[in-house]
Amino acid sequence: MNIEAYIPVLITVINAATPLLLAALGELVVEKSGVLNLGVEGMMLMGAVAGFAITIVTGSAILGLAAAICAGALMALIFGFLTLTLLSNQVATGLALTLFGVGLSALIGVNFVGTPVDALPKLVIPVLSDIPILGPLLFGHDALVYFSIAMVFVINYWLYKTRSGLKLRAVGESHEAAHALGHHVIRIRYMAVIFGGMMAGLAGAFLSLSYTPMWVENMSAGRGWIALALVVFASWKTGRVLLGAYLFGGITIMQLFLQGMGVNIPSQILSMLPYLVTILVLVLISRDSSKISSAAPASLGKIFHPTQ
Amino acid sequence: MLLRLEPRKSISRTYQYLSPVLALLLTLLAGLLVFLFMGHPPIKALHAFFIAPISHSYGVSELLVKASPLILIALGLAMGFRANVWNIGAEGQLVLGAIFGSILPIYFSDSSNPLMLPAMLLLGFIGGMLWAAIPAFLKIKFNTNEILTSLMLTYVAALILSLLVHGPWRDPGGFNFPESVIFPDAATLPVIWSGTRAHLGIVFVVIIALAVWWLLSRGLAGFKIRVFGEAPQAAQYAGFKQSSMIRFTLLLGGGLAGLAGVMEVAGPIGQLQPSVSPGYGFTAIIVAFLGRLHPVGIIFAGLILALSYLGGENIQIAMGLPKGIAGVFQGMLLFFLLGCDVLTRYRIRFFSEAGQST
Repeated sequence: MNIEAYIPVLITVINAATPLLLAALGELVVEKSGVLNLGVEGMMLMGAVAGFAITIVTGSAILGLAAAICAGALMALIFGFLTLTLLSNQVATGLALTLFGVGLSALIGVNFVGTPVDALPKLVIPVLSDIPILGPLLFGHDALVYFSIAMVFVINYWLYKTRSGLKLRAVGESHEAAHALGHHVIRIRYMAVIFGGMMAGLAGAFLSLSYTPMWVENMSAGRGWIALALVVFASWKTGRVLLGAYLFGGITIMQLFLQGMGVNIPSQILSMLPYLVTILVLVLISRDSSKISSAAPASLGKIFHPTQ
Repeated sequence: MLLRLEPRKSISRTYQYLSPVLALLLTLLAGLLVFLFMGHPPIKALHAFFIAPISHSYGVSELLVKASPLILIALGLAMGFRANVWNIGAEGQLVLGAIFGSILPIYFSDSSNPLMLPAMLLLGFIGGMLWAAIPAFLKIKFNTNEILTSLMLTYVAALILSLLVHGPWRDPGGFNFPESVIFPDAATLPVIWSGTRAHLGIVFVVIIALAVWWLLSRGLAGFKIRVFGEAPQAAQYAGFKQSSMIRFTLLLGGGLAGLAGVMEVAGPIGQLQPSVSPGYGFTAIIVAFLGRLHPVGIIFAGLILALSYLGGENIQIAMGLPKGIAGVFQGMLLFFLLGCDVLTRYRIRFFSEAGQST
């Protein structure tokens, strides 16, 4: 088999990895600020349905993507208001956000089931896209693929090389100390949570506008939860989120690959792979509890109430 | 005007019981706005959603049928939540319970052995328990987050069920539908209210709720759970083992979810199908919180959430609105509840711009 035959497979890996990467990067920033938002799945679904519906109604993919970002941000705002202003339990509120998102997206999307949509345009660059092997692999994807990879570097730079990134990490490590230094803990966390919502919304839009250009109820199929697991897998490091997302993208499409090779295994067993591998990876990472607790932001999931 | 939250010295009992009522009222109010926004007469829609489904005796019986799995699962989850053990994979444990409980009626489909039903219920309990044992084991042994593992296993459980009903357990005489054989009478929960689907399982649920109540208020296990949830350090000084707490709450929760699963296939469904639950395992999380993690509260909360399912179905028939609206109501209810719960721990103080308390 020559290398060129593998190109379509590798392109599918990229497509499967992109929504995971977008959502996990968003959640990484949220968790770095000390907030655990388990509602990624719900925000993704709202992004998917909003992006799809607005693209259909207006005919503009740009407006669709903007709508997905807004939908994710609005969902995140609900979460932020409950956990940051009303000091509710983050685990319970995150679960509520997912339950709400599953229901609301199904309600909004009911009229769009089975409607076809034009997939996001691929950015084909003349000459470069025609280079054998590297051309189709590196060029000719849609903008979100490049955006997701660029965000790895942007977020990494921002977190570790800028003042505001340092503030965000300080708030996540010790909200008491950050508060004492005069930083606005709640305001910084609100911004982080909303950013996470926008990224999850985009991840959803990628699913409904590019990965499988259609709307199906519950179409994220647990990707929001896998993104949460990826953040743990990555030990809260941006570079490892990229690695993890592509690893999982690879596992997701292994199903197609094995079937293509004529392996006779029921499709259900192959579909279990991403979920089983997620568990396996979590076990391997969590085994050393001291490692996890030193990598995780120290204030993760803790409620902050300024006592004056 | 500024708003400030002042911590209370102790948790307010009054608001702990008032908060669910407030949350329900706010959900109704929000529902009114949702229907108005969607262009439907709001009062008529709310009537179709909350009142019409239970305005006849068959509706009441259906309410009991739908409430019993919710209550059963929520009882188990509540014990875990009290001890800070977050099992959110009850839906998967329910599915495994349904699968385990279906083994006997599928392989002995012409049997009329009276021991079949008790054995099925036991197997269902064990099935759910085994599925919950995986996150429990991983949590104790490898410190793996039980939220993520139990949820991942839910997707795996659904795929196992799909594999079985599309493959070895498909009814050979069933025109190729992905369904098992119809269970024999000996494998079906007897109907206790003639003309309805209300089955014996409802009685079991009430008995189990009372048993859990007794366990929590009188039993040593209940005491340990409370100490773990409210003062983890005190629990450690007292020599209570965290691992045994995780094992106990997860296994019992899984077992009860499994029991709910087998009671669905042996009760209202009567066979194994690709889908055995409309998300009871997830809705039960809301039931547990709305019921204040207390068995009696959970019974009331289970009835309310069961009504949301009936309301969703009825509004689809009566007004052509999508059934998904039930999920929106359920999610909103939990939001409002979590929001109102702030009052149990904090006092709200209003300050005028000048900084004076009003």
